[in-house]
Amino acid sequence: MTPDTVDQIFVISKHWLLGYVPAMLQPLASAVLSVVPVLLAFPLLFAITTVLERKGLGRIQNRYGPNRVGPAGFFQFAADGIKSLTKEDVVPRDADQVVHFLAPLLLVIAAFLAYAVLPIGRNMVVANLDAGLLYFFAVGSMVELAVFMAGWSSHSKYSLLGAMRAVAQMISYEVPLVLASIVVVMASGSLSTVAIVEAQAGYTATLPHWYVFTPWGFAGFILFMIAATAESNRSPFDLPEGESEIIAGYYIEYSGFKFALFFLGEYLGMFATSALAITLFLGGWAAPFSFMTWIPSYVWFFVKLLALIVFFIWIRGTLPRLRMDQLMGMAWKFMLPMTLLNLFTAAVWHFLPNPLLRWPVCTALVVVPFVVLSRSMKQGKTLQVRTYRYAE
Amino acid sequence: MTLIFLILAAITIVGTAAAMSFRNPIHCILGLTVGLVGLAMLFLHLGAQFVGFTQIIVYVGAVAILAVFAIMMTQGGRRLTETATKPQITPSLLVGGTVAGAVFAVLGWAMLGRPSTAIHSVQPVVSVNQIGQLLMHNYVLPLEIMAVLLTAALIGAVILAMPQERGKR
Amino acid sequence: MNPLTGYLLLSALLFSIGLAGALLRRNAILVLIGIELMLNAANLNFIAFWRYGPNPSALTGVMFTIFSITVAAAEAAVGLGIILAVYRHTKTTDLNEMTSLKG
Repeated sequence: MTPDTVDQIFVISKHWLLGYVPAMLQPLASAVLSVVPVLLAFPLLFAITTVLERKGLGRIQNRYGPNRVGPAGFFQFAADGIKSLTKEDVVPRDADQVVHFLAPLLLVIAAFLAYAVLPIGRNMVVANLDAGLLYFFAVGSMVELAVFMAGWSSHSKYSLLGAMRAVAQMISYEVPLVLASIVVVMASGSLSTVAIVEAQAGYTATLPHWYVFTPWGFAGFILFMIAATAESNRSPFDLPEGESEIIAGYYIEYSGFKFALFFLGEYLGMFATSALAITLFLGGWAAPFSFMTWIPSYVWFFVKLLALIVFFIWIRGTLPRLRMDQLMGMAWKFMLPMTLLNLFTAAVWHFLPNPLLRWPVCTALVVVPFVVLSRSMKQGKTLQVRTYRYAE
Repeated sequence: MTLIFLILAAITIVGTAAAMSFRNPIHCILGLTVGLVGLAMLFLHLGAQFVGFTQIIVYVGAVAILAVFAIMMTQGGRRLTETATKPQITPSLLVGGTVAGAVFAVLGWAMLGRPSTAIHSVQPVVSVNQIGQLLMHNYVLPLEIMAVLLTAALIGAVILAMPQERGKR
Repeated sequence: MNPLTGYLLLSALLFSIGLAGALLRRNAILVLIGIELMLNAANLNFIAFWRYGPNPSALTGVMFTIFSITVAAAEAAVGLGIILAVYRHTKTTDLNEMTSLKG
């Protein structure tokens, strides 16, 4: 088996399987064979991630984490899954029954739909749409509606507060998220995710041509990741859930399997935005060094995805939660100007062909506004270690 | 007249009709999203991919959420706004229904009465690239005007929604 | 009946639903939604005429729809802003109760 065969093994086996299907059912069978692996792979990743997250958070917080089920507690996800499947499904008597039922379904369906345009490996994408990036954001906007439906239909104070917080936050951070990814569209000249990955192909002296290795790409990647953290409602932007203030936010009135669906949808959304970050800035399924191209493309994709997931878990264990006004201020006063300036930087980069000139100019265009903006946001406040008067 | 068209048309009509007839405004907005997603699917079915996805982003992601926010900020805790009494036939309902029905009748008569002309039946292929080229060449002026309009709308909406007397709060 | 007629009939129905909503509903927000529906009916017409028209490569219908969606979004933002401002004065969004011009 050559490296090429290993790389394309899923594509080849799909075509081999398609050969047994009658010609009339070919399009349907092709779609099913593309969709089913995605539907299996990412929930499996979700199961692994829940264990990883609990173990990792445990380590960060100086405790063990789950360690009872299976080797080193690794099968905890199975126990959790069985528990949530067998739990009673409680629906509040005053709830809006239909909307209450539809909200988790819509969330999970929207999260799964987003995977259709994400290239998992070479020639491995469910649908190579011409407007793939637009499709991704269109599907992502349905998540907001699902969150609102969940919070509103429960007719509970806490869930409504959580939903309004979540929707306000997701709307605010969707603007920088889209603007940060527009930079890549400008550079690659396409909205198709496959074409964006191809635009980052090639190596100079074993180093890849990923967009993250340019001043605007680096800034764009950081901004994208911040916005993605807020979009997926993860700490430090987890105000919609805020256990200590509003208990669990918009899904407080959900139990059993529907709660598990919310959990699944949230993680699938996080994976999808991480995968989009990989596609846009980290070269998609491409290998990081030219001498490592023999490793199959899908392996690289999942390695990068796991790296970003570990990053998310690390952030969650490290940073404290923001306040609501800090969150909104960050979106509109810091993220939005930075992403707009980043667009300008990318344009300057495009029109300055001389590398000796464009590197310093573009770096300055990214760094100087960052320093100025962060100074202005501090507003003369000096940061110091908090003194506790009564504790200690 | 394919099956896909009929299904999508049914989704659109049912969704929008629900949006205009439900009593609870939040239900109306949810119905509206169903209808507009159906319409976006019709756009996709007609081959206008860019427009279809833009429609979903703008209407589901922005307008519906905005309307929901407006409802939550104006109605507060009240759950049902329009009269909680049984729906009854009032003069206004009759007049409005007649006007809308008349408009539909006239439009439908104009369309069905027209001799059927030859139509272009090849599905046109339109790429995002083409749309971008046109926007930046032939339609630069409208694009700029749109940019000014959106900026004006943004500032205007912020000023309108801003509390006027800060000391009063 | 050719496909274009189907789309035009659907669009006419959509327009009538929007019109009925704008005329009958008393909640200002829903009246605004009705107007949005009428705009969308026009958009469907544009796309259908572009698809079945004699010169689809000119993309006129698509362009017009893109601009129309933009205008609709701006309209919704300003319209809802106005409704919020009016609500602050009158404490209602019911159009029947908004009877005075004085704030």
